[in-house]
Amino acid sequence: MSEATAPKAVEAPLTFLDDRLGSTTFFKRNMKKVFPDHWSFMLGEIALYSFIILLLTGTFLTLWFKPSMMEVVYDGSYTKLQGVKMSEAYASTLHISFDVRGGLLMRQIHHWSAILFMASILAHMLRVFFTGAYRKPRELNWLIGIGMFTLGMLEGLFGYSLPDDLLSGTGLRITQGVAESIPVVGTYIYMFLFGGEFPGQDIVPRLYMLHILLIPGLLLGMVTAHMMIMWVQKHTAMPVKNQTEQKVYGYPFYPVFMAKTGAYFLFVFGICALFGAFVQINPIWLFGPYDPGAISSGSQPDWYMGVLEGALRIMPNWEVSAWGHTVSFNVLIPALVPLGIVFGGAAAWPFIEQWVTGDKRHHHVNTRPRNAPVRTATGIAAVTFYGLLWLAGANDVLADKFHVSLFATTWFFRVTFFVGPFLAFVITKRICLGLQRKDADVIGHGVESGVIMMSPDGRFSERHENARDEEKVVILSKENTRPEAPARDAAGIPAPGTKGPIGHLRSRLNRAWTFDDIPVEEHEHEHGEQAEIEGGATSHEVKH
Amino acid sequence: MKRITAWRRRPWAGYAVVLAALAAIGVIYAGFSPRTDRAEAQSSAQAAQDLKHGQELFNKNCASCHGLNAEGTKDAKGNPIAPSLIGVGAAAVDFQVSTGRMPAMNPGAQVPRKEPVPAFNTSIKTDYEDPKERAEAEKQKAEAEKNLADLRAYVASLGGGPEVPAAAAVDPQGGDVALGGKLFRTNCAQCHNFTGQGGALTGGKYAPPLSGDDVTPTQMYEAMLTGPQAMPVFNDTTLTPQDKKAVIAYLVQTREEPNPGGNGLGRIGPVTEGLAGWLVGIGLLVLAAMWITAKKPKKLKKS
Amino acid sequence: MSDDNKETTGRSGPGEDGRRERVIGTPSPAREKALLAEDDISAPAGVGEQLDEASMKRAERIVATFFLIAFAASVGFIAYFIGWSGRDGGMHGVTRTRESNFWLGGLMALSFLALAIGVTIWVRRLMTSKPIVQERHEMAADEETKAAFTEDFLEGAQDSGITKRPLLRRTLLLAAAPLGLAPLVLLRDLGPLPEKRLRHTYWAEAVEKAKSEGKKGVRLVVDGTNKPLKVSDFASPGSMITVLPEGIEEEVPEDQVLTQNAKAVTILLNIPADQFKPAKGRENWHINGIVAYSKVCTHVGCPAALYEQTTHHILCPCHQSTFDATEAAKVIFGPAARPLPQLPLAVEDGYIVATSDYHEPVGPSFWERG
Repeated sequence: MSEATAPKAVEAPLTFLDDRLGSTTFFKRNMKKVFPDHWSFMLGEIALYSFIILLLTGTFLTLWFKPSMMEVVYDGSYTKLQGVKMSEAYASTLHISFDVRGGLLMRQIHHWSAILFMASILAHMLRVFFTGAYRKPRELNWLIGIGMFTLGMLEGLFGYSLPDDLLSGTGLRITQGVAESIPVVGTYIYMFLFGGEFPGQDIVPRLYMLHILLIPGLLLGMVTAHMMIMWVQKHTAMPVKNQTEQKVYGYPFYPVFMAKTGAYFLFVFGICALFGAFVQINPIWLFGPYDPGAISSGSQPDWYMGVLEGALRIMPNWEVSAWGHTVSFNVLIPALVPLGIVFGGAAAWPFIEQWVTGDKRHHHVNTRPRNAPVRTATGIAAVTFYGLLWLAGANDVLADKFHVSLFATTWFFRVTFFVGPFLAFVITKRICLGLQRKDADVIGHGVESGVIMMSPDGRFSERHENARDEEKVVILSKENTRPEAPARDAAGIPAPGTKGPIGHLRSRLNRAWTFDDIPVEEHEHEHGEQAEIEGGATSHEVKH
Repeated sequence: MKRITAWRRRPWAGYAVVLAALAAIGVIYAGFSPRTDRAEAQSSAQAAQDLKHGQELFNKNCASCHGLNAEGTKDAKGNPIAPSLIGVGAAAVDFQVSTGRMPAMNPGAQVPRKEPVPAFNTSIKTDYEDPKERAEAEKQKAEAEKNLADLRAYVASLGGGPEVPAAAAVDPQGGDVALGGKLFRTNCAQCHNFTGQGGALTGGKYAPPLSGDDVTPTQMYEAMLTGPQAMPVFNDTTLTPQDKKAVIAYLVQTREEPNPGGNGLGRIGPVTEGLAGWLVGIGLLVLAAMWITAKKPKKLKKS
Repeated sequence: MSDDNKETTGRSGPGEDGRRERVIGTPSPAREKALLAEDDISAPAGVGEQLDEASMKRAERIVATFFLIAFAASVGFIAYFIGWSGRDGGMHGVTRTRESNFWLGGLMALSFLALAIGVTIWVRRLMTSKPIVQERHEMAADEETKAAFTEDFLEGAQDSGITKRPLLRRTLLLAAAPLGLAPLVLLRDLGPLPEKRLRHTYWAEAVEKAKSEGKKGVRLVVDGTNKPLKVSDFASPGSMITVLPEGIEEEVPEDQVLTQNAKAVTILLNIPADQFKPAKGRENWHINGIVAYSKVCTHVGCPAALYEQTTHHILCPCHQSTFDATEAAKVIFGPAARPLPQLPLAVEDGYIVATSDYHEPVGPSFWERG
């Protein structure tokens, strides 16, 4: 291929760039960059592409949207609101929806891709968590990801607050109530945010600036950093045949990955357009203009704020008034604690895990969730925690659709808030260990072949065959835990890592992490092996 | 004219006029009076009969819970089972019976809307092809309307109360829809949702949806006027008939309005939107991702 | 690739042939897995040499068809936009918007999805790239580079003199600190200080004005229609309506109306007098069961307006705080901690009037509330 010449149309601009930037070296080095293949690796791409769609459609919307709370009398083509006083923001959103051609479509695509953006970030985060892809050296990208989700929540909240309809105004009202509850500085934050009392005249223009400039700018920077880090570190791979910690196996960026990811971009845009065309979202004309005295039943935020809403709903009414001051735990705790636990915990997790396991190595091949039972169980517990709060945010809709008592749903969530994650942890860990045991069995006994054999003395038995190599590679990707160094050596001197209460805690956690691990390994001898695994697995279980 | 003027001067003219007048009165009396008399008698007899019919219907369908004198009943502990119907008025009866809520089937947190019992089902289908069938259905409908009217009259006779609104008062075309929207969002949407899809109340009760075509403008008016079950009352002096008409106009126009953006997802807001985004949106994209990264199609492999 | 092929075809185990004979039982799971194994490489398989020309031709035609569909759909999009969506001069309304959203969105989706499907089939069935292997490199620099860097760094620090001259260093830090704070000062004018703003509502002003005119209090008007309410108007037990102080629409500057509404909005209820239990000190705040509470929830400020006339619960639809309207709106369920503030009512000329502002701040709790 070295003698080949590229077509002129390609050659000329490349030469132009190369002469000035030396870019060909970069292209040469990166063109064939390897990308491992797995469907779950594309979840993050949904987020990237829906972000691009958000930028495009958002730009379109800014051309007509007027971020102003000046009162106007509506005189557009939506007849049911004609003659109604409303803010310019609301009127211009109606204008975009009904009087700008394709405006409603762009609004709907914008909103749907926002929903998909947040959903795919969460799905991507879950994939990364459960496969252990956040481990060294990828902690930074994990943190950037959490930062982007948090910013995305704000971006979404500010975005759906802009049209100044009844639902978004209600959301702002709640935001204001939460801001006001902050001890000491709450009322100041409230006044500074709204430029006076709620709703005032300033909040929509301010949120507009944050929504179209500041936060997207930050997000764009973070997306770029996320992508560059991923590029430099190379993508993780699933523990399958040909993948090792030293070598990555997959398709070259050019042309295969490029084409695949291009196709996926088109899929994301296509599905957003499909939703925009056929599924109505945020029908602000039905909500009506914001009016502080009006409210609708089933007033919910968009899904990614549902956790906060749920936490606010199930919180008991704790409030303390003393020495002329009031602290509203009934607002503060739900606003800060649940998301603090989930996101703070997620951010700290890679470092906690490193500390507990003492594993400071680089990891490029992912773990199967079953092979890290504590991690997987913690993840599922967090999902349960998040999911329950999320459902609690829709408890009135649940009560209405399933005809149960409203307060019963509240109590249900109040109880499961504590019990659910715990149960989820225990059950998930059991399932993981069960799957490990099955893996040990497959390696030890082989796979059931369905072939029934009769022995000379007339007994029937099913023949087991060795598992396929591919399967074996996957199963044997499990890293069996090594017995930890004894806390004290022969002379009675404690190991350096176990000194003091912190060291003690660490070694206890380490034990909790590893004690019920079921070793999955291939043995030298065919027959001794089976008995050993069987015996070994059970005795392990009993011992601890 | 001259001749008439001349006659008037004659001495017998006065008597003649008196006689003629008497004759005319007699004729008119003979012609009309007995008939009027008969009609009056007939109508009051009819009314009494209707009232009696209403009472019979009441005793048959309502008295078991509301008491023979509509005074309401209580259980052993003194908790009310059914309220007194004295003074609830014709509008309340019309609402409860025409929506099928009454007669109630079984006590629960709330009496649900259902198909009215046959005797009062005024919304049965009559547009049959077969003239015989149609006549039958129309007869049945007329009978149901008569039954309902009699029952209303009977309950109204017990202690007055709000009347059933006239058809013109509930005509959704006549209302100020912008005002109706404002009033609906301020006073109704907190329970019934912004497009009238209903919502949850405490203790298993719920605000019923108003978005179905079976909720007639008359029923909306009556509901506001009488405050059935947990719903508060909006009497005609608080929300005037014009205001009520506006609310009705808003509701009817809203439910008839198509969803410009596609499927409305039940018009209940972000809950279904999030659900659709996750299940359908992420679902489809995961399928696409699986297809893109799927194993090579087998038939192309030649090995 | 060759090793992959060997993998899938040359798999051998004990009893290679005997295995195929099944004596008894259901189809072997192992056999199914073995079948799957033949396609264990994701597309494109990198077996370009082995793809037969006929099937590639077929694939090419399929891909081209999808691309043509995409082309037609985007042409249709433009054509619809120009030709159909703009008739009647661009004023759309619900029905026309529905139509144009359907066609524009549908054609756009079709175009993107057809392209996406085309490209996917292209990758899967026509591309002949082989999977490749690349080294993963250590992220960290080697010791030598690190040492060299440290050396350069220290040398630079030394040369600049910052390590040798503490006065320079400290004054530099001193200079930088307020410079970082300065922009924060600029944010001061984002809004006014809270002062006593949250402690009163427009009812105070309205009542004061009425009293200066020699009246007892300000009338309550229906939110939306501005109709002042008489006691006789509101006589039906179980009634509820949202009210505002008379004059709030006319006398407040236009840009302040919503802000004043947000605090002053009130619900007026008519509770049967025999069920109403006035709170201590508020015995004359109601008119025979007609009672007014702030509509702003004490939790986070949603309009708490869901009044059930059977139970006399007031429920806030946002977070389900529930108040008992018969007992000074005390909290009976949910996250709200305080009862809804009550507005003192009286009768004047047959009209319902408010005789003073709320006696406590309305809405959510805040630090200075006390």
